[in-house]
Amino acid sequence: MKPPPFTYHAPRDLRAALDLLAEVDGKVLAGGQSLIPLLNMRLAAPAHVVDVNRLPGLSGIEAGPGGVTVGALARQAEVARAGVHPLLGQALRLVAHPVIRNRGTVVGSLVHADPAAELPAVLAVLGGSVRLARRAPGGSGEPAVREVAADAFFAGPLESAAEPGELAVSAFFPALPPRSGSAFEEVARRHGDYALAGVCAVVTLDEDLHVAAARVACVGVGPVPVVADVSEVCGRRPAATVPWEAVTEAVRRAVEPEDDIHASAAYRLHLVGVLAERALREAAARAAAPP
Amino acid sequence: MSTRLFGEPVRRREDRRLLTGRGRYVDDLGPDALAAAFVRSPHARARIRDIDVSAALDVEGLVAVYTWEDLPERVGRPLPLLIPHPALTHGRTAYPLARDVVRHVGEPVVMVVAADRYLAEDACALIHVDYEPLKPVVGLEEAAHGARLVHDDVPGNVGARLLQEVPGRDGRSAREAIEEAPHTLAFRLDIERSASMPLEGRGVHARWDGTDLRVHSSTQTSTSVRMAVAAALGLPLPHVEVVAPDVGGGFGVKIVHPWPEEILVPWAAMTLGREVKWSEDRREHFISSAHERAQVQYVRVGFDDDGRVLGLDVTILHDHGAYTPYGIIVPIITSTQLLGPYKIGAYRVEFSSIYTNTVQVTPYRGAGRPQGVFCMERTMDKIARHLGKDRTEVRRANFIEPDEFPYDQGMTFQDGRPLIYDSGDYPRMLAMLKELIGWEAFERRPGRGIGVGCYVEGTGVGPYEGGHVQVTSDGCVHVSTGLTSQGQGHETVFAQIAASELGVPIERISVVTGDTRRFGYAVGTFASRAAVVSGNAIALACRKVRAKALRIAADALEADPADLEITDGTVHVVGAPSASIPLATVAVLANPLRYAFDEEAARATQFAGSSAPDRPPVAEGDEPGLEGRDYYSPIRSTFAAGMHAAIVETDPLTAEVRVVRYAVIHDCGRLVNPMIVEGQIHGGVAQGVGGALYERMVYDGDGQLLNASFMDFLMPYATEVPRIETGHLETPSPLNPLGVKGAGEAGVIPVSAVIASAVEDAEGFPVDRMPISPSELFDLRRRHAEG
Repeated sequence: MKPPPFTYHAPRDLRAALDLLAEVDGKVLAGGQSLIPLLNMRLAAPAHVVDVNRLPGLSGIEAGPGGVTVGALARQAEVARAGVHPLLGQALRLVAHPVIRNRGTVVGSLVHADPAAELPAVLAVLGGSVRLARRAPGGSGEPAVREVAADAFFAGPLESAAEPGELAVSAFFPALPPRSGSAFEEVARRHGDYALAGVCAVVTLDEDLHVAAARVACVGVGPVPVVADVSEVCGRRPAATVPWEAVTEAVRRAVEPEDDIHASAAYRLHLVGVLAERALREAAARAAAPP
Repeated sequence: MSTRLFGEPVRRREDRRLLTGRGRYVDDLGPDALAAAFVRSPHARARIRDIDVSAALDVEGLVAVYTWEDLPERVGRPLPLLIPHPALTHGRTAYPLARDVVRHVGEPVVMVVAADRYLAEDACALIHVDYEPLKPVVGLEEAAHGARLVHDDVPGNVGARLLQEVPGRDGRSAREAIEEAPHTLAFRLDIERSASMPLEGRGVHARWDGTDLRVHSSTQTSTSVRMAVAAALGLPLPHVEVVAPDVGGGFGVKIVHPWPEEILVPWAAMTLGREVKWSEDRREHFISSAHERAQVQYVRVGFDDDGRVLGLDVTILHDHGAYTPYGIIVPIITSTQLLGPYKIGAYRVEFSSIYTNTVQVTPYRGAGRPQGVFCMERTMDKIARHLGKDRTEVRRANFIEPDEFPYDQGMTFQDGRPLIYDSGDYPRMLAMLKELIGWEAFERRPGRGIGVGCYVEGTGVGPYEGGHVQVTSDGCVHVSTGLTSQGQGHETVFAQIAASELGVPIERISVVTGDTRRFGYAVGTFASRAAVVSGNAIALACRKVRAKALRIAADALEADPADLEITDGTVHVVGAPSASIPLATVAVLANPLRYAFDEEAARATQFAGSSAPDRPPVAEGDEPGLEGRDYYSPIRSTFAAGMHAAIVETDPLTAEVRVVRYAVIHDCGRLVNPMIVEGQIHGGVAQGVGGALYERMVYDGDGQLLNASFMDFLMPYATEVPRIETGHLETPSPLNPLGVKGAGEAGVIPVSAVIASAVEDAEGFPVDRMPISPSELFDLRRRHAEG
């Protein structure tokens, strides 16, 4: 469990980092909570590791009226403490353990794109985006930046839209609309493990406290976070009279879980419905009674 | 005695060192040593066609590459079969490095030595082994079918078959008794694989100075590793020393020896004339050490209207993996300890120990007992269910009564000696447990159940351990014993025993274990035996020292030794505290000297006038120094017991199982340190919860272990372990001077049985296979709902 040889780089500014990433076959090291185990187990063997921890200006957690922008070096624990977004807070409580959250970054988790991870689901259900930077075409001038929406960002299991040479510099999590609530429900084998299945939900109520919009994103039941808009199935009615059986059926129809050593596909399919109802009910309750 | 510490919850003296990072483990030693790494088989069953190491030779820092063909004849022999048994007709062990064939994923094939572990692993990655993969034998029943063989010369993959029969008092066989019983049941039970997962893996460090070999190994038996290494390397025993430094947990896996690495690393150190070290990584621990637990059990039982067992017939398939270095100890323990606290009418047990292309199976904490207890306790629950009786009532009806000890179960135990229980009070224990958990008041409802499980554990097996106790002229007491420590608290417990026996403050007592330079004769730490066997040996050695101290002090004080006592390290006349002599001075006087190297020593020199001129300074039959050595060799095991109960809640929708309460009543005879015993129980229960709800080794059909990491092998965290409520019963053992019984394995033994019992109670259908995951409980619910 020692990594194969690689060249280590610790650039001091963004431009140097993007130059490196443009020139070498490199992996980005931020929190290292996924990359280092992969290296140690020799499951990844990049020729270069580009440590971005010394880049200035990437640690920000900026909350605005439209949402929160999380910089590439903002640690999960910092984001949780900042209390800038209810759903991020609800999700981060379920992410691993304190020592991992102290180092692990929110953006790193998004780029790692584990289909059982919580943070990609949060980005997906909120319709957020990831900002990717690369060296300017021709090599001089301001870096080229593109914004990739969540539904395009998660391409497959452990596969994001970030291309070789690109660095994810921040992620944007849209704020919840007024009269909205969110929740994250999951079942993991042990506290802090990747979930067997998990569902995060956002519910928005209208002025009569009827369901106006309801969305879920499910983890562990597909190659990427599976987003389902169940607004229509819920119907414009109070949460108490939502036809939950139809809602859970709709969610179950949207996912394609597989067997693995921890749970059968049938169990996960059952679970995702149970968790969807729990998360939606909880989100609706929070929407009706904001803290 | 003011130094009466036996039975007190003395705080662990080793904790400051171990908990503040000051422990010294094998990997902390030899910072400049060369590092070894191994190329291990990626196939469960394959022939080795060719090994091409040429690409690795370019790795900078590479020192040596060894395959089986490079080993001298003596080193390359198959590893020893440690515990032969007449029933083990087809015992097989591995070569230190694979010779022509590999029989499980993880078997070592090539050893690489390099400047550091990084480079050694780089070289390993460049070695090309050309395998001819063969279809492996995986899964107990498939293996027992015998269509494909793990070893070509072992027909049917059967390593051992052992039948033991104990007829009833009326002479009827178990099968006859079952045929004629008013009620009979037949069922099948399954327990999956798990393994010891010590925080520190195995590790070996060796240094050869041209004459002497010093080996540090993370082992549970340094004395036996020493003999094994000396034998394999052809070295005279006095030129080999083996030290177990701080060891980060063992749980059984480190009693196996010599591991291939324990032979190869010292051999490489000798061959290269350099220090060599190998530290096992976690993946190696998963695929290259040992596992345990896996069994399939077919049970038939006959019983009367009260639930008394009249006949029990158990047939066990035991999966022992690819090799049998530790013999058939595990299934022997399963078949004998299955009987628990019960006297059953007639018993027949037959096991087949089966080869599969998986990691070898050797004892892991509990060592076959969790399987046996699972079998017996599931049986008790099924009887109760069949008769519509309370589960504790059925157990009570089968207990051995307190006045029936010593109780002979009529079988042969794992030490080759009769299975005779020495003492216990099972009815009282059950009453205490029911009180602690609130059995009678428990409110049953769907999704909430209570379970119970009882066990008896043979502890403190022989053949022997020894203790050496030396009082030095500074008044300090140095205790050593040959068996090893893996964090159990031996430094504290053995010091408590010495303090109580000698009347010396514990601060003046030091304890060394597992260092062959200090004590050469020992067996090892396993089978819940350290407190029993070494504890008693140390007590006996202390008594020798005390007798000698009193004799010398009596001389000096002109008193009768019978009038003397030792308190706070001072010998004094009972009732006359001023007539006293410090133990330090006694130690000085015990060693006649010519040279006065310090002030104290001057008192023992030849002109000090302390000895009679007409007698030799050291009397005939006496020895210089205030020290003593003694051994304790138990006639047979002493039998501890315990009963556990749990309340669980099962989620009606997610099928998650939550242990709400967990209660333990435990009897290990006299308690040396109740806090340490409690800690042992807590750790054991935590491992038991792992075995019941989380841990398994998932092999696929190709013999690949799919969860060989802590990401997918689920050991419970603190968040998954319930608070454990304990109560102690003390029925002293009549077999040893201290009256103690072992406690090391206790906590883990009945947990799978107890949780199965509670889940079954909550769900209303049988739970016959453990561990159980939410996904499996969900499947069971569906199956039972469909009928």
